[in-house]
This record gives sequence, C-alpha cells and structure tokens, in this order.
Amino acid sequence: MNSELGDVGTNETNSSVPAVALTGITKRFGTVVACDNVDLALRRGRIHGLLGENGAGKSTLMKMLIGLVLPDAGVIAIDGTNQSIHDPLTASALGIGMVHQHFSLVDALTVWENVALGDAGRLDPKATRDRISEIAEQYGLRINPDRRVGDLTAGLRQRVEIIKCLRRDPSIVIFDEPTSVLTPEESEQLFESLRHVVAAEGRAVVLVSHKLDEVRHATDDITIMRRGRVVDQRRSVDADATTLARAMVGREVTLRSERAALGMQRLAGGDDAAVRADSQSADTGSAADPRSETPDAPTAEPVLRIESATAHDASGVATLDEFSLEMHPGEIVGVAGVEGNGQRALGDLLSSLLKLSSGAVTVDGKPVPTGRSGAMARAGIGVIPEDRHDSGLVLEMTVAENLVLVEVSRASKRGLIDKKRVNVFAQEMIEQFNIACTGPSAPMWSVSGGNQQRVVLARELSQQPKILVAAQPTRGLDVGAVEYMSHRLQAAAASGVAVLLISSELEEILELSHRIIVMHSGRVVAELPRADADIETLGLLMGGATASSTGGAAK
Amino acid sequence: MTAVETSHADDAEAPPTRARTGARLSEWVALYSMSVLAALLLSAILVEATGGDWRPVVSALLDGSVRRPGRWGETLATAAPLLIVALGTVISSKAGLVNIGQEGQLYVGAAIATYFGFLIGGPGPVNVVLILVIGTAGGAFWAGLAAGLRYWRGVPEVLSTLLLVTIGGQAVAYGLRWEWLLLAPEGRRGNRNQVSEQLPQDNRLPRPDLLGNEIPLTVFIAVILAVIVAFALSRTVWGFRLRTLGHNARAAARSGVSEARYGATALMLSGAFAGLAGAAMLTGGGFAFGNYQMVSGFAANIGWTGLLVALVAYEKPLAAIPVAVVFAGLRTGSSFVGSTGVEARITDVISGLLVLALLIPAAVMFLRDRRRARAAATERV
Repeated sequence: MNSELGDVGTNETNSSVPAVALTGITKRFGTVVACDNVDLALRRGRIHGLLGENGAGKSTLMKMLIGLVLPDAGVIAIDGTNQSIHDPLTASALGIGMVHQHFSLVDALTVWENVALGDAGRLDPKATRDRISEIAEQYGLRINPDRRVGDLTAGLRQRVEIIKCLRRDPSIVIFDEPTSVLTPEESEQLFESLRHVVAAEGRAVVLVSHKLDEVRHATDDITIMRRGRVVDQRRSVDADATTLARAMVGREVTLRSERAALGMQRLAGGDDAAVRADSQSADTGSAADPRSETPDAPTAEPVLRIESATAHDASGVATLDEFSLEMHPGEIVGVAGVEGNGQRALGDLLSSLLKLSSGAVTVDGKPVPTGRSGAMARAGIGVIPEDRHDSGLVLEMTVAENLVLVEVSRASKRGLIDKKRVNVFAQEMIEQFNIACTGPSAPMWSVSGGNQQRVVLARELSQQPKILVAAQPTRGLDVGAVEYMSHRLQAAAASGVAVLLISSELEEILELSHRIIVMHSGRVVAELPRADADIETLGLLMGGATASSTGGAAK
Repeated sequence: MTAVETSHADDAEAPPTRARTGARLSEWVALYSMSVLAALLLSAILVEATGGDWRPVVSALLDGSVRRPGRWGETLATAAPLLIVALGTVISSKAGLVNIGQEGQLYVGAAIATYFGFLIGGPGPVNVVLILVIGTAGGAFWAGLAAGLRYWRGVPEVLSTLLLVTIGGQAVAYGLRWEWLLLAPEGRRGNRNQVSEQLPQDNRLPRPDLLGNEIPLTVFIAVILAVIVAFALSRTVWGFRLRTLGHNARAAARSGVSEARYGATALMLSGAFAGLAGAAMLTGGGFAFGNYQMVSGFAANIGWTGLLVALVAYEKPLAAIPVAVVFAGLRTGSSFVGSTGVEARITDVISGLLVLALLIPAAVMFLRDRRRARAAATERV
C-alpha cells in the first residue's frame, strides 16, 4: 500500500529530479563533527524517515535545510537548483517548512489566532478560519479554530503546529520527533494525516525519529545516521527491525532496555516476531525481570502512602486532584501518562517543593509535612528529578559538593565541613558509579549530561532511601546510559527500596514496573499489575479513557 | 540535537574547562594596569585641556593616599568601613540576593547607635562595645524590613533595600531636628544645626600610633571579620547551604535549605555589617567621618562604595581587603587634588574615572566568561 501511494506522488511530478538533494554536507561544532559528508535525497510523494540515536546528527542536518545552521561544506539543491539557505526566511520562500519538536504556541490565544500569528498586515479572522477548516478537511486534521490553545491536549496542539506549517503550502515538510509527546493512538492518527499530506499534492516529507518501529511503519524510505554519518539507506519495505537497530547503534542489540530506548516495541505488529523471539530469550537470562520476580509486596506495610493529595498551580488549575498511592518496599511502581498530567507536581511533592492544599503524605506511618524544605529527603525519599538542572544539581558547585548536597551535615562536625571526608566520599562515588570527570573538585557544569545524571543517582542512592522517585530518568541519555540506569533502579528495588518510576516512555514503564498507575489530569485513572498492561490499554487510559471503557484489562 | 555523542562531548568540553577557570593572576594584573593607566591618561588629558598641569595632580593623589605623614593611616581608617560593608554584601550575594541599600543600613545603624549610646551612657569601654553592637542591630533591623517584605509579601529586595535608603535618610534627618532624639542641646552644637553631641573621649575606639600613623582599631576588626566570613562561607555547613541557595533555590529547598530562613538571615547579616560599619565610623572614624558625632550626610557614600568593593572583589571576602584599600586610597588621595588648583569638578571626574578603571577588569572578565560559556553551550547543541 505504501508503494502505491508513493507512485501516485511520483507520477505527478518529475521523478528523476529529487525535491531536495543534499550532497557532501559537513558541519563541525568545535572538535565535534555533527554531520560528516552526508548525502540525502528526498523525493516528492514519499515519506522519508531519518533515523538515529540522540546526537547522531539528524537535527543538525534538518536545521541546515531550514536555514538555522549553515553547513561548512556541501551543496543543497532544491528541485535540481543549487541553493544557499542562510536563514529561515529563505527556506520558507523555497517552500520548506518544519514542525518542531517543541511547540511554539501561545496558550492564551485561540487556535486561529495562533495560526495567524506572525502574519504581516491586517488580521482577517474569517479567512484564517476558513483556511483552517479547508486544511482540516483536506488532511483529516479536524480542530475547532475557536478553542483556546491552553485547553488543548498535546495531540491537538501538535495539530495546530502542523496546520500552521501547512497553511503556507510548503512543498517540503520536516517533522522533528513528532511523537515524543503523543499517546500511541495519537501517533497513529498523526501518521494517517501524514499520508494525506504526501499523497494529495506530491509533497516531500521527512520524519525525524529515533524510534524504529514508528519509522518503519510510517515511511517509504529510510536513512540511518550514526555519529554524523549516513550508515544505511533503504526502502522501508526492505527493512527489518533487527538490521535497522544494528545499523543505528553500531552493534548487535540484545538488551530489553535498549530495545525500549529504540522504541522497538511500539506499534508492535506481526512482523516483529523475530525481534520478540530474541527479546524473550534475553528475558529469561535476566534475573531482574520484573515479571519473574514480583515481590509479595501487598502483605507488607506500605512504606509510602499518599492520600487524596490535591494541589493547584498559580492560576488555580488542579495539578494534583485527589491523588492517592501506596507503595511497598521492593516494588517498582510505574506512573504512566501523557506529559503535563500532574507528573511534575507529583515529583515536586516528593521533593518538598509543593505544598498540598489538602491530603497527606506518610512515610512508614509517620506524616510528612508537605512543602517544607528538606522534609521529604529527611523522611527517606530520594529523587532523581525530571530536570536535573532544575532541582537536582548546582552547576556552579563542584562534583564533590553536589554529591553531599542533601546530607552535608553527615560529612561535618559541629557545623564545620570535613573537606577530607567529603573528598574521600566523592572519590568513592566517582569510582563506584563510573562518573567521568577530572576529579571531586571539577565544577559540575564541566561534566557531560549522562555523567551529571550519574552524580544525581549516586547521591540519592548513597543516602539509602526508603523510597526512590525517578522522574523521566533516562530522558536525553544514550543507549548505554539508559541500560545502566535501568539496572540501577532494578538493583535498588531488589534491595528493598520502593521505586516510583514516573515516565512518559511506555516501554520503560512496561519493562521495569511491577505495578502501573496511569495519571490523567492529576488523578489516578487506573491501576493495574504489570501482567495486565500492554501498550494499547495504557495508551487508551493515558488519553483519558476510563478504566471501565477499556474493558477488562484495567479494573 | 540535544546531546552530541557523549565521548565527543567530553572531548569538546575539556579545553574550555581549563581556560575558563584559569582567569590567571597575570591576566588580572595586566587588565588592571591597562585600565588604570588608561584612566590616568584620560585624566591627564582632561587636566591639560582645562588649563592645568597633570604632574602635580598625580603627585597630590599619592600625597593624599600614602606619601604625606599620617596619610596611609587615614587610608586604612577609610578602608575599614568599606571592607566591613563589602563583607556583608558578599554574604547576601552568595545567597542570591541583591542588597543595594548598604548606604541606608549604615546610616540608620549609626544613628540608632548614637541615640542609645547617649541614652545609656555607661562607662567608656563598655559603652563603645555597646554602641558597636547596637549599630549592628540597627543595620540588621533596617535590612530586616526588606527581608520581611521579600519573604512575606514577595517584594523584590532590589527595590526595597534601595528605597529604604531614602526613607532612612529622611528618618535620620528628622531625628537630627529634635533634641529628644539626636540633636545636640543648644550651646553644644556650635553654630551648626542637624548635628548630635560628640562622643566623649572615653567612648571612642583607640587609635594606636604606628610609624606616625593613627591606625584605628576598626581596621583590625575589619580584617578579622574578613577572615571569619571567608571561613564561614567556604567551610561551614551554613555557608555551604547559603551558596546552594544562591545558585539553585529549588535544589536548596529539596535538600532542606529553607529559602525564607536562610535568605532573611543573609539579608539581615548584610545589613548588620553595614550597621557595624556605621558604628565603627562613629566610634573610630575620626575627622573623616563626622568627627565622633552624627551629622546629616554621615554615611558619606561609604555604603555605595562598599557595594562596589564587593563587586570588584568578585564576591571573595579576602580579595575585598586589597580592593577596599585601593578604593580608600582613591578617596583620601583625591581629597588632596583640590589643593593643586584644579577645578573641583575635574577632581570628581578624575576619581570617577579611576573608580571606573577598577570596575572594568571585572566586567571584562565577566563578559569573557559568559561568551565562553555560551560558546561551550552552543557547541553542545
């Protein structure tokens, strides 16, 4: 079916001249080569998947196409004519549009106002609305132009972004990691509209992603990048997951966590049999597999109890709404949910950063005051925060200082810090957690992201917490670091720590959790044991479907 | 792209690490020499252009600050309150607060100290200590108003501390109009109005003689305080938490640093130091500072200049010692320039230029650091 649609497109335009031809594109940032002699051809009527790990050079390549980054060498030809794209305006004049990963919408304005934003001249509400309905009709992107953007779900917001982009009638459209904030269902819808976008007018579409399955299912051609180079180019129908994964990572992929990081279990179809088979064999070898080792948790007293927690943000919107949760020693509870449904508030609550308007938190049966600085940490709750720069680290201080940040009094006597003890401890942590840095006195900002995350992990685990909150613990990390983090979390649980895993990556949750709760609008909408959970059920629940409407799976 | 391949990123970040932390001594010396020379050159041109001669001006600067007998003692006596104010500023800056109301805290602290000093009037040495303690408390109180506004009502301390300078000035001026407050009784204020009584001889800090220079005790107090503050900030749990708060308030809150408690303490300490500086000027300042009595305009820009000292010293307590001495030397030196016949306004411009010259190296370094940090950041993108 893919090839049919592709043919329709290519018949409309001259198929011998690609819409975009990149030849020998090279870009360096200092000593880092982001793109190294990259060749890429995009053809009209086809969706081209650009696949690669974080840092493979995908985004840099696309930024050169829309004029945000200038290439050091190489030629960009649009419809056979060499062009130099030195700014986004030129790109837009050439008919190149991009739907960015991060939305650039104004919450307070309505859909049509956002679409009209950036136009020159007088506002014409009626014409804008008409154009929106026209696009909506044409591509199956239905939306009410008078809704306030702030009230829309992530999926609908993305629709607005796409309409904003399509309204200018670009002939080449780039989608940068479009599914990172979407539920599986919303992703499916998106790909369906993508098909329309391509089929209708012979546009060329690029789908940038690091998720294998997504790219395989939604595209016609695939280019794989690794370390700035193109390592493989093929038609999607000829691609199988294992080969793609190998090309992308540069070695054989066997670990479940790696598969999860590559999104290989998303949109699982029958043709994944091979992948599944060897993933099963990997499972049996892994002692820490959650399903084989579920603790007899429910018999023990809960170590953490959150009762009817309710909190509001500055504008009065409930971020947590009667949120309740019990956790037992040794279990990993996954919190699934589309981002922005109270996960951040939950993390803040357990970091002593959020005061509840009603409800209570108890640790080991003792109530812990909410919003009082340090109270949660003293009660034994360790946190790997969603954004380590926000509340996890102090970049201006040294690695050693960051390692003792929470429990500095332990390394001190009568209010004086024992520098020797701090350094010995830091050296120990650096070795134990393999933190790459020049030493305990290296400034935190000089350490790379993955190693910064290790500093947070080392500090929180070294305090021997009863509860460990890990919020998006693998975001932005490469495959090796993801694997390391997963092992550490499992080991912590095995040693009796209750681990609360807040993640928007379903694969991660399914891989690690014993029990899964689904958050929507600050509430727990479903709670289910790992055995009853699968992507489809979770996806529906995350989208706000109630447990009863999804059938028996989530009671 | 969020992150370049980890191993690559490490390679890329290593070189700037060295370069950035290595704002080496030689660079600083070169920058300071260059900017001070430039300021002197400009001043010389200015003096020549207005019909003067630049040589006697430079000579007067040196005479006034160190060369003439007794002058370097005077310079040190001026440096002491500057240093004390700067130390307080360092403390509040480390907590991430911008206190710019030292001038008012100093003035109000000294005025309250004067009032209670005469009210209690105990035996000499006891009363001196009491005046210093009350001055400290007075400054802390004035900054405490700003702290209260900040942590109960969310008023930015930049605004409140600054505005409290004006209010403090008016309040002291009011006190100086009434005999039941600060004004000296009829017959003991000469032909001046708006002055308090002079502290009796035994209520003044000793000024021991050293090589023909009077060195007031305040100098030693200031240096000891600098050492204490440096130690407290770098080696105590309290200092550690204060720095955490200043760099990342949310990380601090999570790790148990109460923003209101630590922040308010830091702001009040900052005011306390300014108040102590005021009391030190009152009891030990001699002729340069109101001659042992409260007068209108007593603070004499020491609060503002102390703030500059902290900035130029890059918020390092020990570095503030030499910086305070340099600023004090400028002040005592330029008081002699008037005698060269150069117009008084030109003298002001010259000392302004020299202050600028002292600020420029810090600004250059700051801009350079930021540019490098940005370059490193974009490299990572």
